[in-house]
Amino acid sequence: MPQQDLANSDCIVIQGSNMAEAHPVGFQWVMEAKARGATVIHVDPRFTRTSALADVHVPLRAGSDIALLGGLINHVLSHGLEFREYVTAYTNAAAILREDFRDTEDLDGLFSGYDPGKGQYDETTWQYEGTSVTAAAGQRQAPKPGASGSAGGGQPGSAPDAEEHSEGSSEQAGSGGMPVGGKPQRDETLQHPRCVFQVLKRHYARYTPEMVQEVCGIEPAVFLKVADALTSNSGRERTSAFVYSVGWTQHTVGVQYIRAASVLQALLGNMGRPGGGILALRGHASIQGSTDIPTLYNLLPGYIPMPHAREDRDLDDFVAEASGSVGYWGNMRKYAVSLLKAWWGEAAQPENDFCFDHLPRLTGDHSNYTTIAEQIQGTVPGYFLVGENPVVGNANGKMSRLGLANLEWLVVRDLQMIESATFWQNGPEIETGELVTEQIPTEVFFLPAAAHVEKDGSFTNTQRLLQWHSQAVEPPGDCRSDLWFYFHLGRTIREKLAGSTDPRDRPVLELTWDYPTHGPHDEPSAHAVLREISGTGPDGTAVSGYTELADDGSTSCGCWIYSGVFADEVNQANRKKPRTEQDLVAPEWGWAWPMNRRVLYNRASADPQGRPWSERKKYVYWDEDTGKWTGPDVPDFQATKRPDHVPDEGATAEDALSGTDPFIMQGDGKAWLFVPAGLADGPMPTHYEPAESPVPNPLYERQANPARKELRGAWNRANPAMSEVFPFVVTTYRLTEHHTAGGMSRTLEYLAELQPEFFCEVSPQLAAERGLEHMGWATLVSARNAIEARVLVTERMRPLRIAGREVHQIGIPYHWGQNGITTGDSANELLGVVMDPNVHIQESKVATCDIRPGRRPRGPALVEFVEEHRRRAGVASGRLGPNGRAPIEERS
Amino acid sequence: MKTWLDAWPVVRQLTGEDRSGRGDAVRSRRTDTLTPRTATADRVVQSVCPYCAVGCGQRVYVQDGEVTQIEGDPDSPISRGRLCPKGAASKNLVTNSTRETRVRYRRPYGTEWEDLDLDTAMDMIADRVIRTRRETWQDEVDGKRVNRTMGIASLGGATLDNEENYLMKKLYTALGAVQVENQARI
Repeated sequence: MPQQDLANSDCIVIQGSNMAEAHPVGFQWVMEAKARGATVIHVDPRFTRTSALADVHVPLRAGSDIALLGGLINHVLSHGLEFREYVTAYTNAAAILREDFRDTEDLDGLFSGYDPGKGQYDETTWQYEGTSVTAAAGQRQAPKPGASGSAGGGQPGSAPDAEEHSEGSSEQAGSGGMPVGGKPQRDETLQHPRCVFQVLKRHYARYTPEMVQEVCGIEPAVFLKVADALTSNSGRERTSAFVYSVGWTQHTVGVQYIRAASVLQALLGNMGRPGGGILALRGHASIQGSTDIPTLYNLLPGYIPMPHAREDRDLDDFVAEASGSVGYWGNMRKYAVSLLKAWWGEAAQPENDFCFDHLPRLTGDHSNYTTIAEQIQGTVPGYFLVGENPVVGNANGKMSRLGLANLEWLVVRDLQMIESATFWQNGPEIETGELVTEQIPTEVFFLPAAAHVEKDGSFTNTQRLLQWHSQAVEPPGDCRSDLWFYFHLGRTIREKLAGSTDPRDRPVLELTWDYPTHGPHDEPSAHAVLREISGTGPDGTAVSGYTELADDGSTSCGCWIYSGVFADEVNQANRKKPRTEQDLVAPEWGWAWPMNRRVLYNRASADPQGRPWSERKKYVYWDEDTGKWTGPDVPDFQATKRPDHVPDEGATAEDALSGTDPFIMQGDGKAWLFVPAGLADGPMPTHYEPAESPVPNPLYERQANPARKELRGAWNRANPAMSEVFPFVVTTYRLTEHHTAGGMSRTLEYLAELQPEFFCEVSPQLAAERGLEHMGWATLVSARNAIEARVLVTERMRPLRIAGREVHQIGIPYHWGQNGITTGDSANELLGVVMDPNVHIQESKVATCDIRPGRRPRGPALVEFVEEHRRRAGVASGRLGPNGRAPIEERS
Repeated sequence: MKTWLDAWPVVRQLTGEDRSGRGDAVRSRRTDTLTPRTATADRVVQSVCPYCAVGCGQRVYVQDGEVTQIEGDPDSPISRGRLCPKGAASKNLVTNSTRETRVRYRRPYGTEWEDLDLDTAMDMIADRVIRTRRETWQDEVDGKRVNRTMGIASLGGATLDNEENYLMKKLYTALGAVQVENQARI
């Protein structure tokens, strides 16, 4: 949802985000809503600037959010507070599941299909009855049962080489749900014992207010206050919104956090409606753009998966699952062929599968931390760091430095001399003696980068809005844009390879790489690149959108979801019509994907007959006179498809959606309360404890997410659960005055002065227990490393009663490192790498540690100090071999 | 009659109407001749804040080829002219004297940074990409065609422009590099 749309909310729950601190300018829309009478609730372990402006602050234990959200779902279902008409018509509540599905209630914390040997699920039994749902298009490792939608295909997950569930595949859902084959059997009364609604009800029956208290430390009266605010502000007349940030994503169950909010919002009828929805607050100017046009290993532009070695032998294989399925993913062949045409132009022809074989293939998980573990083994010689400072920003900064120390060559592009470029000179391991400068083989190129005002380009902000920034001045000295660097690197490589007859060089030599350049440094035209992204038709002119794309090679498009951003040969991202000349939706400011739609799935803002749910929440609705959907936004629906439309038998893609299927990217057109395909760790969110937790899981025998991803070696030891050596919960966060790993803030005088020093926040009770003095020093230690910080004793941190004992939480901002104007230890030294199985994001919002007064040991004594803690906790040694090498001992 | 004392702000504050010292009492002739940097700019360029993903509009004021001020863009429907401390400090980000503006090079096992010409650096990097790609190339893994290198990895920040990410993914994919990652994973 757009940030401005928060002003239309009647209740806003901010959870997993300190919005006032980390996104202060966006927070004005929360205050706007509050001024209009909305209730604002902040759920967070800490009392923060956001809490101070909320009506209610709900402190909870870090890592327990699914228990709270599950409690709210249970409250809605057990009191009949769901928006019944919306739920029946627009969600999969009525879908009937297979008989052999088993819930966590039946298997004490596991769903059916779990393989304990592999620590992975086979999702076959999670699917709808009768539809023989295919493995999702994103499930690249799952065997294909044939074209989706066909009945009686194979058994997903049953082939002998289905070695892993869905390595890196779940993110295809970044622009919609996984394709499922056809529509399920339904019970519109929601009474069938195997319908999703009843299954959901049973799954959450034990998530009572008392259980919420036991897991989260939230008093039942406070829980009921939140439940009442949400339910009384949802329905025909009112809408509620959820706002989250990395406080939700950086967990071993991060994806399921978001799913839990999605289930709740679907039950309350808050999706696709003004003031409703779930707003993900991203932390970087174009982090949304970085997934849409991904520099991610498992995706091609527009959430098309990277092909996998085992099953994607040719283009037909690649698109088979999606072809013929319901919803817009049914057109995947058009999107894929248009992308191949954009990249390999004339060389891409029907007889060579449009150069599909020019695409490299995946064989498993090739994500960030796995790559670092392999760097430490010395098997990845080359590395580019482009505007990224992993030795401060990655969990377990030491692990990242050990990776850098075992490269052959490293290219760092940044504005400032960041810690990741100087690890060989002043990294902490130089002081401890674990690395020796003269023995580090890595050749380092530091190339200074151009700043945002020194180049043209577009950022995609947190609400899918592309906004253009224009070049104001030339970059100084050797500073260049990353566009310049990659264009000229590619040009130079192509010149050096020119004339090669080696078939492996063909993808490089046949690449379309002829962008116009301008200016004193031959800067490539960002406009031309955006035009290629948007796509062109058979006559070479810009297409108006992805509905014009074809699968015969006559169209070209670099990213189908961005198709139309150059419609009419105009850079639509560069539209800057002042807000005073538009309404709140502001459709002529920038361009939102897809097709400039500002609120996704907005057909759901009208009832099944196409009428607004209420005058108060009127948005997109059916206009019988013109025979069109209309409203202040672009309808996220086929414009002339009637609300009573029933698709023809055998219709595919968007034509198979009925007039009451608002969720047009979903394979069945419905919002999913239960996920029949596409998730690695279960079809419904379930409370598991964080990998490092001081307490047992009171809900199930299973302590932590059984499908979580581990990566272990001497460089990444885990704190045992319920360890007396590491008894406290630690969570990391941001400050307004600093930005991520600090390269763009600790180096600036103003910002360094505003937040001059690394610190830790502790409660007065913990300070008394451990003898910590306000403004004094403390040492924090985990099985990874030890760091020191100034102590901030504050009642903003509150101990919680959990499972009959007092649980203390410590908060630390993560911006500091050795370089820049303000320096200090990095919070990420403390954190380990253990990951969500869907997206391989690390659990950096909750871990355990110990805290002691005083500064940490220096030099080799620091290594001994941490080793001693490991020994006492029963953790294996963290001692490293020469040049920091140590083998990968375990990965899952 | 005006005396030298009247030029003293504190006297004017105590004897005049501006008791809080926020108006006429503290104005001097010099104050009256000052103009904001924004008033004399040659050009104003519309931009977007490079920090978080709220996407606040910025106006970049340029004089004589230099950025002289960056302010919030009141036209933006998202930010309505506001900037947070980071956005407000972004002139400092751009014009900061601590910014690196020259290529720096550390040779293998080296103990110091060295100078290196940009063109030479680009040529050396291209050579290393070609060499590593050849040395680590895989046609097949377990009998399945892969057409790739597992020897070249990349990690990008999420302040990259869409167009930059696009060229990166396009070039890496053509080179057969698959370990291409971004802050978006983190």
